[in-house]
Amino acid sequence: MNPWPFVIGAYAIAILATLILTLSSWAAMRRAEAEAEALGSRK
Amino acid sequence: MHIYANPARFLKIARPLTAWLGWSGGALIAGALAFGLAVAPAEALQGESVRILYVHVPAAWLGMAGWAAIAGAALIQLVWRHPLAAVAGRAAAVPGAVFAAICLATGSLWGRPTWGTYWEWDGRLTSMLVLFFLYLGYVALAAAEKERGGEGRLTAIFGLVGAINLPIIHYSVLWWRTLHQGESISFVRGTSTIAAPLLWPLLVSALGFSLLFGAIVLMRMRAELARTKVEARLKRMAGP
Repeated sequence: MNPWPFVIGAYAIAILATLILTLSSWAAMRRAEAEAEALGSRK
Repeated sequence: MHIYANPARFLKIARPLTAWLGWSGGALIAGALAFGLAVAPAEALQGESVRILYVHVPAAWLGMAGWAAIAGAALIQLVWRHPLAAVAGRAAAVPGAVFAAICLATGSLWGRPTWGTYWEWDGRLTSMLVLFFLYLGYVALAAAEKERGGEGRLTAIFGLVGAINLPIIHYSVLWWRTLHQGESISFVRGTSTIAAPLLWPLLVSALGFSLLFGAIVLMRMRAELARTKVEARLKRMAGP
């Protein structure tokens, strides 16, 4: 059995899932901190 | 430990640390995976499929480390009532669940060419699947308790009780000798049965994923603290 499709599949899953998790966490943090900052600067 | 109980003091450290952990973790992962995929030698028995271990083993380690962090945070929350402990526990849950899922998926892809099957109800595989379900339960419970305005004590107790699965996962390969291979690396004894050219990219990959995991947890903690600040401010503005 050719192992390469399984190797590529495993790397694709790991890299994609890690990227999605990192970028979504970063975007949520940026959004929440920007909202807090905007509210804090309002009088 | 209590000097970091103040969110302002925590944020002063967390802000530069998030970027440092994220970028250094990302660089180490990129280097280790490129090396593992293209340069590291194939293994005598497993052949090329051994390369899957450079993503599978760090994911397994972080799936378990994520729950260890949840249990540690739960203990700190329940015993010392540290205000950031509940935030830290909740922040580790989704990343831990994602890495447990990556571990299951990549392990399955490693199993097909190596064992001839995607899945077997083996002790290690089953206890790892249980860990993934525990994560889903924790995330649902934490969301429900937060919505009801609870302090997160029930979620913390669930986090502590769920930690019983960690030694089961670790010792499963010794207790039930079925399909999954035994322990290859022992940090306690400082020994490894893996040859050096295969071992070092694995260790670099594990370190890189661990640093990135730390950055992700910090990002999620910062997001929750900012949302709490907004909610508190809006409540004050709407008050009498």
